Amino acid sequence: MAITAKASIGKSRKKRFGYDQWAGIFMSLPASLMLLLFVIIPFITAFVLSFYNVHLSSGHSNFMGFEQYRRILFDPETSPAFWQALGNNFQFALMVVPLQTGLAIALALLLNQKLKGIAFFRTFFFMPVVFPMSLVAVIWSLFYSRDLRGMFNSLLHSISGGAINPIDWLGTPGLALASVALMSIWAGVGFQMVIVLAGLQEIPMELYEAASIDKAGKWQQFRAVTLPSLRNTLVFVVIITTIFSLRLFDQIFILTSGGPLGTTSTVMYQSVTAALIDDNVGKGSAMTVVFVIIIILITVIQRLALRQEKEIK
Amino acid sequence: MSTNSAARIDNAQAHRRRKTRKLVKNIASYGFLSLVTLIFFAPIAYLLIGSFKPKNEVLSGLGGFIPEHLTLENYANVFNAFDSEATGYFYKFYVNSIVVTVAIVFGGLVVNSMLAYALARLRWAGRNLVLSFVVLLVILPFEAIAVPLYDLLNDYRNTLFAQYIPFVASAFSVFLFYTFFIGLSSEIQEAARIDGAGPWRVYFQIIVPMSRPVFASVTILSFLAAWNSFLFPLMMVDSADVRPLPLAMTVFFQQQQKDWGTIFAFGVLLILPVMLVFLAFQRFFIQSVASSAVKG
Repeated sequence: MAITAKASIGKSRKKRFGYDQWAGIFMSLPASLMLLLFVIIPFITAFVLSFYNVHLSSGHSNFMGFEQYRRILFDPETSPAFWQALGNNFQFALMVVPLQTGLAIALALLLNQKLKGIAFFRTFFFMPVVFPMSLVAVIWSLFYSRDLRGMFNSLLHSISGGAINPIDWLGTPGLALASVALMSIWAGVGFQMVIVLAGLQEIPMELYEAASIDKAGKWQQFRAVTLPSLRNTLVFVVIITTIFSLRLFDQIFILTSGGPLGTTSTVMYQSVTAALIDDNVGKGSAMTVVFVIIIILITVIQRLALRQEKEIK
Repeated sequence: MSTNSAARIDNAQAHRRRKTRKLVKNIASYGFLSLVTLIFFAPIAYLLIGSFKPKNEVLSGLGGFIPEHLTLENYANVFNAFDSEATGYFYKFYVNSIVVTVAIVFGGLVVNSMLAYALARLRWAGRNLVLSFVVLLVILPFEAIAVPLYDLLNDYRNTLFAQYIPFVASAFSVFLFYTFFIGLSSEIQEAARIDGAGPWRVYFQIIVPMSRPVFASVTILSFLAAWNSFLFPLMMVDSADVRPLPLAMTVFFQQQQKDWGTIFAFGVLLILPVMLVFLAFQRFFIQSVASSAVKG
């Protein structure tokens, strides 16, 4: 009796495994195949293309080894543009990451109060997130218009009683990137705010009660309870905002085309225009490869930061 | 006796004082919240008001916020300005955006959830390999493959196909489904399997109905990404015939003579479907975004 039962379980398990095998393959096939064709193969192609000189218009291509990398990284004639672009990406990150994260925390704390109608305010803070960056850039181009018809110039003019002259927000080196950053913060902060808010709501109330029994003030509670509890959320927010800063493209293409004097050019802007305008897919691919290596490095740093946290616990 | 009533009066006063302090604090909170809301809403208000202003009054500094001389002319112009093969037709931009978005969202829901189910609940050779690839691909932003994909899909330039096919399968969506399916109690599924239901029946009759929240999240996130997509259409499309809305608006925006009224009316019509869906389902929108981050 016992033996037959055991045998039948073994048999049914075997049968079930066999059945799952086909169902598993059929169900996973469409998405797996598409991921292979449209993500993995292009990813490998980026490496291959970066060793070639490819012109799509004429169909001409020839092998050139590491020449594309030499040109974008080391050639004194052609590499400064790429290094400037990479530098701009990091400058942009240095402006956006602290400001946007700080603002996201402030807004999340503001929304984490027990007040009637708080969801109404949350809707408005989040609203810019659903706007396409192309439309955001179009609206803000009017805000940044260089004469008095620009919203910011008009605002500063009336506040200062005419003392402040119109500023060319997007046309002044040193200011253009900051202007793009301000716009991007407006468009993106709602996203980070929602993540921080979710993190805040997971902090147990007992921690705050314990802190207030210990007579900790609001600021002390924030530093001793809120910030440490949000650590993982904040690491995530900082990493994702950094990667977002490296991907910067739409705003630049629409508002500044990389100018003035290349001060708003970015790695993606250089990569896409190399392929699209200069018809040089090899160069664009080499930049893509450098871009991917940087993304991977940042992700590894994130993993290390999170692992450290676990070890401390 | 007298000390007792005095204490009671003190107590009542303290209570009232606390109540007043709370009221003042609440008014301050609401005031501050309203101020921040105003700042956040300003660019959207500028767009909305500008789209109803005569075209030469849109770009007028702070005056752009003042709703006067309102007209529907700009909205009529959106349809009149795009009236030939060369400029494209406005309804066609809309149709293009809808076709691409629907293909990405619905195609994505089907293939990504099926892959996630196979990874989470079925036992088959190759599962671990596919799973580790999916996890690796989640971190790869689209920008990392845009240029080689532009090269590989060169034969499909100026088609709608090239605009949706790379985005249907998404490692990120698979990952969202996968984490949700793993969290589902397996008891009902096991019971159904013992009663002889095959993996397809379990998927359609048990998993899909139990997983509405994650289907809603993936729908919202992929809808936003598809409707707003800009970079790849920019690379793949030159002809006005297959332009989606954001690209068509940008091409129009970059013309030398800017007609701000028409540009803003175009912008409002572009964002209108997103806003309607957002306002109707805003709680889900905010939850999906938050959950995508926590799990990712």
